[in-house]
Amino acid sequence: MSDIDPITLAVLAGRMEQIADEMDATLFRAAFNPIIAEAHDASHGLYHAASGDTLVQGKSGLPIFVGVMSFAVKAVIDKAAAEGDLADGDIFIFNDAHLGGTHLSDMRLVRPYFRDGELFCYLASVGHWHDVGGAVPGNYNPAATDAFAEAFVLPPVRLARAGQVNQDIIDILLRNTRLPQSAMGDLNGQLGALDLGVKRLDELLDEYGAETVRAALDALSHRAEALMRSELQSLPDGRWEAEDFLDNDGITDTPLPIRVALEIKGDRMVLDFDGTAPRCAGPVNIALPTAVATAYVAIKHVFPALPANAGVMRPIDVRIPEGSLLSAEFPAPVGGYTETILRMIDVIFSAMAKAAPQRVVANAYGTINALSIAGKRSNGQPWVMFSFYGGGHGGTPEGDGLNHGNAPISTATIPPMEILEAAYPVMFRQWALRPDSAGAGAHRGGLGAVYEIEVLEENGAEAFLFGERGRFSPQGVAGGEESALNVFSYQQDDGWHHPPMASKMRGIRLKQGQAVRLETPGGGGYGPARERDPQSVAHDVAMGYLSAEEATRHYGNAWQEVQK
Amino acid sequence: MSGRMIGVDVGGTFTDVFVLDEETGTASVAKVPTTRPDQSGGFLDGINRQVSDLSSVAVVVHGTTAGTNALLERKGARIGVITTQGLRDVLEMRRRDRPRTWGLRGDFTPVVPRDLRLEVPERTLADGTIHTPVDLGAVRAAAQTLLDQGCAAVAILFANAYANPENEARAVEAVRALWPNPHVSASSEILPEIREYERFSTTALNAYLQPEVSGYIDRLETALKGGGFGGEFMIVQSNGGVMSVDTACRLPVRTALSGPAAGVIAASYIAQTAGFPDVITGDMGGTSFDVSLIAGGQSMLSPQTAIDFGMVVRTPMIEITTIGAGGGSIAWVDKGGLLNIGPESAGSNPGPVAYGLGNDRPTVTDANVVLGRIDAENPIGGKLDRLDVDAAARAIDTHIGAPLGLSTVEAAEAILRVANSRMAGAIRLVSIERGFDPKRFAFMPFGGGGALHSGAMMADVGIGRAIVPRHPGVTSAMGCVIADMRQDFVQTINTFVDQMDETALTAFMQDHVDQGMAILDAARTRFDAREVVVELDMAYLGQTHTVAVPLPITLDGTRVTPPTREEIAQAFDAAYAATYGRLLPNGTRRVMNLRTAVIGKRPKFDLSTLAPSGGSVADAHKGSRRVHFGDAWHDTAIYDRLSLPIGARIEGPAILEQPDTTVLIEPGLVGTTDRFGNTIIERTGD
Repeated sequence: MSDIDPITLAVLAGRMEQIADEMDATLFRAAFNPIIAEAHDASHGLYHAASGDTLVQGKSGLPIFVGVMSFAVKAVIDKAAAEGDLADGDIFIFNDAHLGGTHLSDMRLVRPYFRDGELFCYLASVGHWHDVGGAVPGNYNPAATDAFAEAFVLPPVRLARAGQVNQDIIDILLRNTRLPQSAMGDLNGQLGALDLGVKRLDELLDEYGAETVRAALDALSHRAEALMRSELQSLPDGRWEAEDFLDNDGITDTPLPIRVALEIKGDRMVLDFDGTAPRCAGPVNIALPTAVATAYVAIKHVFPALPANAGVMRPIDVRIPEGSLLSAEFPAPVGGYTETILRMIDVIFSAMAKAAPQRVVANAYGTINALSIAGKRSNGQPWVMFSFYGGGHGGTPEGDGLNHGNAPISTATIPPMEILEAAYPVMFRQWALRPDSAGAGAHRGGLGAVYEIEVLEENGAEAFLFGERGRFSPQGVAGGEESALNVFSYQQDDGWHHPPMASKMRGIRLKQGQAVRLETPGGGGYGPARERDPQSVAHDVAMGYLSAEEATRHYGNAWQEVQK
Repeated sequence: MSGRMIGVDVGGTFTDVFVLDEETGTASVAKVPTTRPDQSGGFLDGINRQVSDLSSVAVVVHGTTAGTNALLERKGARIGVITTQGLRDVLEMRRRDRPRTWGLRGDFTPVVPRDLRLEVPERTLADGTIHTPVDLGAVRAAAQTLLDQGCAAVAILFANAYANPENEARAVEAVRALWPNPHVSASSEILPEIREYERFSTTALNAYLQPEVSGYIDRLETALKGGGFGGEFMIVQSNGGVMSVDTACRLPVRTALSGPAAGVIAASYIAQTAGFPDVITGDMGGTSFDVSLIAGGQSMLSPQTAIDFGMVVRTPMIEITTIGAGGGSIAWVDKGGLLNIGPESAGSNPGPVAYGLGNDRPTVTDANVVLGRIDAENPIGGKLDRLDVDAAARAIDTHIGAPLGLSTVEAAEAILRVANSRMAGAIRLVSIERGFDPKRFAFMPFGGGGALHSGAMMADVGIGRAIVPRHPGVTSAMGCVIADMRQDFVQTINTFVDQMDETALTAFMQDHVDQGMAILDAARTRFDAREVVVELDMAYLGQTHTVAVPLPITLDGTRVTPPTREEIAQAFDAAYAATYGRLLPNGTRRVMNLRTAVIGKRPKFDLSTLAPSGGSVADAHKGSRRVHFGDAWHDTAIYDRLSLPIGARIEGPAILEQPDTTVLIEPGLVGTTDRFGNTIIERTGD
């Protein structure tokens, strides 16, 4: 490793982060589909020329992509090595989740970056496309039993060879989506982001020289590793376990255990998921890259100051058992990966809380609740309202959890109710906090939400839900209690019903005037409920966050003595 | 109109007063400490230092942080909300976000507690149909409950009120009939724009500020009148325009970024007058560096901002990008051995180590002190006799030099290089990322510290020149005197161009123009001209980000000539192509919002009144001291900046000092005094 002075290193660290950030911003602005434009379900970065390791990644992209992108680059490196003809101006494209992680909706573009005829690094762009074929519009198919029912599968192929775009690939892509215009818009946006990355890297290398930048990249990786080691060193040695369950896979109604054993020894850590359920029939499987990336996300939530650099993972051994639903092989369905990785994060937090309770927060609501309501208008025009819904965050060592937050794997905001009502024939009867949904604790969880949505269209509509936490509540930590379950109900002529599989259901027929109701979990509590200040309990009752009955059940009577 | 015009900017530390005498063409400035919690003390003190007889003053314009501070410190009024059944929690649920991406920590307390958010039966649908008429009995009962609970203001927030305000208007009428003060805010009056959280938040924050801000303005107005003032008193809005005090009391949420906006307005005028229509401003304070871009004399407006997590204000604001790199920002080395600046700041109290007020961790200012760039014997701010250079050097050694193996001077240079690089990053963010080439721009530092870093900005970003205004410390106060009167209006239209009802659109435009002109008519200030700017927020069907489409409209007097669908489609195509390069064949064009700005152009004063008269370089030369640049100490000439004559050409290394600012001219640069007294810094070779 060549030496680099600390000043240049600090300056270059900022400059390279800015390149990745600027690539993010470029795609968010240009993207056609709101999942990228509004929810920022995309990511960009710079990756190591030989290993594909993450060197720098944009700060505004989706958290889960921090870590998963390097697998996409590795897949391209493997292909290029096998074929031996990598050239400047090549651009690879694919959505194969078993190679690149997450799910098939995420379209990955990888572009080698050459300097003076030599491969310097890779640039990559990933974005969640609105539709990539498959059986269900939007690709969230709760009944999929293989990848083919979820979407078309594109392995890494060259979209461009030595700067020449291959129109054939674009033609194939556009013929395999229900929304070709949106897909073309997003593809252009991603290509634009990569072009911009190349231009900025050129400028940076002109200014500082390739040697200096390469030295800085090495130093940053070592620094990331040193940071991680020093954090691990500050934790006690030992081995701690945690388990939690998925409700079911949407096909068979059997709980699926997710287990972790966390072991810390000096400056190293092992996360061993032995004992986790085997590969299942439905789409809550995930591919190995996703599992490893999820460990990264959980760790970065525990140590937020760590950089998005692969060096962080060097002292950490993530052990994923073969044949488990965390390492499902092609063509296992992985469309519901969000639910599984949220549960992985929950068990890592729960295990870590036993090691160092002051470093961790309690479980968040733990399900993205993908709810779709669709139908045809009287003029024959089809409509699909598809959104994810929020819930409470876990109590923290410092205070109560956040009410109605977004999922730890995402930074997406929810579309405004008025935008949804203007676009689709629905009316929200309720869009509110859900009382009694938070886990009790010295610091309680944040509250979940209630959304009740009535169909206004005279032709009625059909609803489907892909959720979790209908049978197993988000857990508290450090003695805190669990929060309320996820409850979904739908209205029929004879009253309200619940889905037989609790959190997943398709084909719910709704007439005009009938509604669905989603009551989402709060966050788990932090610390024993008996340690909660009675004043805070009384305040929660006065605000209607907590009923008097539940207050007494969890916290005893002391709150009633508090002077208002 | 003649007489004196006064601009007053109340900042966190100082209250700046800028007095322009239009008859004599002279200007004077004063800087007094800001008084807290009631800022009116410093305000009047500052004016009284410059003007003994207030009856000679025609206009007083105020840039205020009263609203911003009340929001940041949660010191607004106890207020209530009356809202649609089922939606009481919208304000608390936000848009389902979180304060920081990583860590999952931090929660949110809305400005209106849940027990003061009351629901009433009523519902309007997205197409404007009334699904459930408002229950006025329930509205009156709710208002009474809120009064009984001690609420000083109320916000009325109904679903889809942007599409049809009828239910909300009836509720507002009923509440106003029984509410004992004028502090009743309605969402369809404040912001008739789709997106309930943004509209409700803006309206609730308006109510939250109303008692506070109107009380403050009343106190100022009363005191001004008591001093014999009979002219017009106006307030700067976040959009960089001024408004009457009546409007300010009705719409206090529009003052959220009043002070900083005035600074950008002044910078724009100064730069344009000096021949630089394209300028990037950098205001360096104790905790932050605020950057703003002005292209072709126009500052950028952003549609909304979050004052703090979950405190969204959606009104047009001068776009100001802030990063946590100010003079008080703390330098530190992390466990991985990387040098970082901020975001933690020592602020102005305790401030940098050199202030000797208890901070022992090195700041950006400490680095400037150790390198001789700031005169330790004559500190700015006036509280201290001299700065403790040794303490600053020790702190830099301990926290930066030792862990990185650098000497004191190397470590101080390192702090500045990293801080400069972060500031340069902010400039790149506002320029390059938006397609502006910074080489075309001039950098204008203002505030106390910015002019120490202009050479670094030129080097790091490739900016061609810097322009340091004659009085960089009072730019915001000067902006108050320059700003035009401006009212912004918005109305959600939400229709496809080919199905658009041109008559309805025209009616909204006419209404905006009538309201705006009425406000200009009521103003007692003089306007050189009136201007109406109309924009449509448009997109293709399916896109969520809209493009601002300027719509050329013609006014017959104040009558709006209706635009045709074809004109709108053409205007969209032009704006879209300019933004994204190419159009979408077969895309359906959609109009989301109508935005109208009605502007009264106020007379501008002649900046040459500020110019130096006489003086000589020799007289201005105060001496010299050792200053470190790059890797060597240089014997550096020190000048009294305000004594330099027009045309003075000072080659670097040199330092120009004035009471509230230090201007650094690095080796290889030259600073020239232009005919307005600005210092233009360029590369010697250029």
